[in-house]
Amino acid sequence: MPAPIRLRELIRTIRTARTQAEEREMIQKECAAIRSSFREEDNTYRCRNVAKLLYMHMLGYPAHFGQLECLKLIASQKFTDKRIGYLGAMLLLDERQDVHLLMTNCIKNDLNHSTQYVQGLALCTLGCMGSSEMCRDLAGEVEKLLKTSNSYLRKKAALCAVHVIRKVPELMEMFLPATKNLLSEKNHGVLHTSVVLLTEMCERSPDMLAHFRKLVPQLVRILKNLIMSGYSPEHDVSGISDPFLQVRILRLLRILGKGDDDSSEAMNDILAQVATNTETSKNVGNAILYETVLTIMDIKSESGLRVLAINILGRFLLNNDKNIRYVALTSLLKTVQTDHNAVQRHRSTIVDCLKDLDVSIKRRAMELSFALVNGNNIRGMMKELLYFLDSCDPEFKADCASGVFLAAEKYAPSKRWHIDTIMRVLTTAGSYVRDDSVPNLIQLITNSVEMHAYTVQRLYKALLDDISQQPLVQVASWCIGEYGDLLVSGQCEEEEPIQVTEDEVLDVLEGLLVSNLSTPVTRGYALTAIMKLSTRFTSVNRIKKVVSIYGSSIDVELQQRAVEYNALFKKYDHMRPALLERMPIMEKTASNGPTEIVQTNGETEPSVVEAKHPPPVTQPTNQANDLLDLLGGNDVVPVIQNTVSTKPASAGGELLDLLGDLSLSGGTSPAPAPSVPTSQPSFFLDGLTSQPLFNDIAAAGIPPMTAYNKNGLKIDFTFERANPNPNIAVITIHASNSTEADMTDFVFQAAVPKTFQLQLLSPSSNVVPALNQGTVTQVIRVLNPQKQQLRMRIKLTYTHKGSAVQDLAEVNNFPPQSWQ
Amino acid sequence: MIKAILIFNNHGKPRLSKFYEHYNEDTEQQIIRETFHLVSKRDENVCNFLEGGMLIGGSDYKLIYRHYATLYFVFCVDSSESELGILDLIQVFVETLDKCFENVCELDLIFHVDKVHNILAEMVMGGMVLETNMNEIITQVDAQNKMEKSEAGIAGAPARAVSAVKNMNLPEMPRNINIGDISIKVPNLPSFK
Repeated sequence: MPAPIRLRELIRTIRTARTQAEEREMIQKECAAIRSSFREEDNTYRCRNVAKLLYMHMLGYPAHFGQLECLKLIASQKFTDKRIGYLGAMLLLDERQDVHLLMTNCIKNDLNHSTQYVQGLALCTLGCMGSSEMCRDLAGEVEKLLKTSNSYLRKKAALCAVHVIRKVPELMEMFLPATKNLLSEKNHGVLHTSVVLLTEMCERSPDMLAHFRKLVPQLVRILKNLIMSGYSPEHDVSGISDPFLQVRILRLLRILGKGDDDSSEAMNDILAQVATNTETSKNVGNAILYETVLTIMDIKSESGLRVLAINILGRFLLNNDKNIRYVALTSLLKTVQTDHNAVQRHRSTIVDCLKDLDVSIKRRAMELSFALVNGNNIRGMMKELLYFLDSCDPEFKADCASGVFLAAEKYAPSKRWHIDTIMRVLTTAGSYVRDDSVPNLIQLITNSVEMHAYTVQRLYKALLDDISQQPLVQVASWCIGEYGDLLVSGQCEEEEPIQVTEDEVLDVLEGLLVSNLSTPVTRGYALTAIMKLSTRFTSVNRIKKVVSIYGSSIDVELQQRAVEYNALFKKYDHMRPALLERMPIMEKTASNGPTEIVQTNGETEPSVVEAKHPPPVTQPTNQANDLLDLLGGNDVVPVIQNTVSTKPASAGGELLDLLGDLSLSGGTSPAPAPSVPTSQPSFFLDGLTSQPLFNDIAAAGIPPMTAYNKNGLKIDFTFERANPNPNIAVITIHASNSTEADMTDFVFQAAVPKTFQLQLLSPSSNVVPALNQGTVTQVIRVLNPQKQQLRMRIKLTYTHKGSAVQDLAEVNNFPPQSWQ
Repeated sequence: MIKAILIFNNHGKPRLSKFYEHYNEDTEQQIIRETFHLVSKRDENVCNFLEGGMLIGGSDYKLIYRHYATLYFVFCVDSSESELGILDLIQVFVETLDKCFENVCELDLIFHVDKVHNILAEMVMGGMVLETNMNEIITQVDAQNKMEKSEAGIAGAPARAVSAVKNMNLPEMPRNINIGDISIKVPNLPSFK
């Protein structure tokens, strides 16, 4: 068998390969040769073969068959063999292979070898890949070597001890006695590794930490020597004496001084000295300064020292070297929570870093900027941040947008500014905002009532420009659906009102429905918006057409909505106004809780019960509050009912605690979550079945009665009990007109004695058609806790044949079952 | 703790890969490729710190790299190491290689991978920094190399001859002898007896 080729030859051969396939072929050939050579148990060339194997392993080819060979090499007497063998063990073996345990005995022998280099090799291998079993067996040997006077071995033993402690934490105690005089070494290598060992022990066990606190004076002394000692050629790096050791000691001081007053006291002087004396022209100086700053921040240092530290960081920020700026920004981010004011002083520099070309620096500057925003600087900062949002990479946009929203929410100086900011974000980074920002924004808009006209106008204009950004489109279509009447009427205080016709608005919304850019969710929003406009606009026919077209849409969501809305037009037209009224103000249950809002959009009301204070300006004076306060007997206090015309913030909201589970005015809504609309149909139908409205005579067996019959106007009452609360009687009035002319502007009002509570829901319409062609229905709920006899005074107003008619009447003939 | 030390060239070919935590071979290669992708995209004038790729542990680990001519030296470290300190460590490592190989270039690393591993083993052990003094490291490495050579026997003879010639200190021959002047300046020749 010819001698196997040298490693060098192999490398040269492989480099001549021009393609990957050629290389693979060469390697496979060589592997075969190596394998046969291993089988022959050739001692002389084993190390050469293993070296080649390691090279091939580095290139990525499988080399596991060499593991046993490595062990054989380790067992050999020759240093060359051992060297390659241990290297191979480190690269190829690990604790997952059982083979590694065979090494334990070899290592044990080698740890006691006469040659220090062999001992060093053994320590190195144990320290790199020793498993917990190996560590347990060999910890004693390592501890012995930790006490030797040979500095070469001592430093290796120290690091090996660190590895042992990491693998088997219980053995930490064992190394404690050996650490006693580690720090009195002169050799910097040993000092360095000893500090590492002490650091590891302190990090792992608070008892050790307490024990080693007494070493603080010694460490301070060593550090002082390093700084003051002047030029020492063997440890010099760019003019500073052993910076690595200085950094390590500073780190250990940090751990020891954290939370402890005495140690922090002892360190103050030396930290100040290091901070002021270190040269900052080279990277080494900056490395030491950086570590010093971190230490000052962590321990209980005096305030002067802290200010010094932050100023150093500020100086770093102005440094040309990107690395320095990066570490400065990282440390400022850590300290901004505790030393907010000091960091504020450097705000302008930080904001400048936003314009840096380096991605890592930009990211840190952005995070730091958001941390520094407060009520005073919000306007300026927001300008910078929005500018940043315009020009930054896509990976930043999502985080930046959420940050802007959060900051704007906390510190917005005015509602208009807030809305403007949000709109700016949506127009520039619309596709990157998170999904929960849409409901949040909608909730915000609803709450700022005075801005409705301005908002809807701006959103409309934005929509005309660009319909590709889905969150913007969704918010805009929701707003147009809600406040379309304000848009068309052209009233806007904040800005120049624009002239928009109803048709133009509908064009835009229909455009959204057909556009390819709109997602299904957006289409849902658009369709609902169109539907809502049917109560706010006059051109209902066009809307009806659109809605009926989508009744056969392929998208199930759209189809369902369209079908329901169709039904709304056809069969339940009288309910349409009530359903499609303005949304009430939504209460935010949690600052980040969009899900609550989503629910309330669909079910509308349970959480809105708390928001009992509708904006006073736009409300008719007597609101539902008056419901409960009635004078007894003869005074008729007009009870407000929900008017047909759309006034913002319907009264329906507050009334619902009386209604319990029956909430008829569950307004249709742009529910983003698809699950909500699916609950709507059953909900919708529930509203119907539990409330027999039409000619279904009341269940519960209470006979209907005629309450009023005069001048052709007949009013019937039908009764029902509300299920959860037997004290509530639900009365439905049916008003019919037997004359030849319609009765328009029909308003029904009722009053009851004090012991009762009355609630009137909205009527189906205010026109009673002539000749009994139809009826106007309205639901009255009466709460009768004391079960007294029900009496009612009613007042009717309507216009008949051009003249206004008003009439009062008393209704006393309630059947006994209705109030018992 | 240092998780891995990688050296690869501008095309992504690995010249040295040392992992201080175990991964299987495929993962190791993937990590090398991923690290190369991340590092090679960087501009020349940006900072030398990067978040680690997904395979190596994501944002808990940082990649600290330096680009020398055709080689990238990348150290993957966790948060317990000082970033600027590691930059200095890379510098010390490269200077040590330079001293050991005399004007080190990529070819030296290619053909003497095992020697580079040995040097590295004197600097970093088990993921922690062992020795940072360049002279100390070189002394140890030289001593071990001498041990190896002394064992090599006859096969090492050519290598020994080469190193012997390198170390020979030929005295300087005189360059200019002034003929015109009687007093010829004859330099101090060693006695070749």
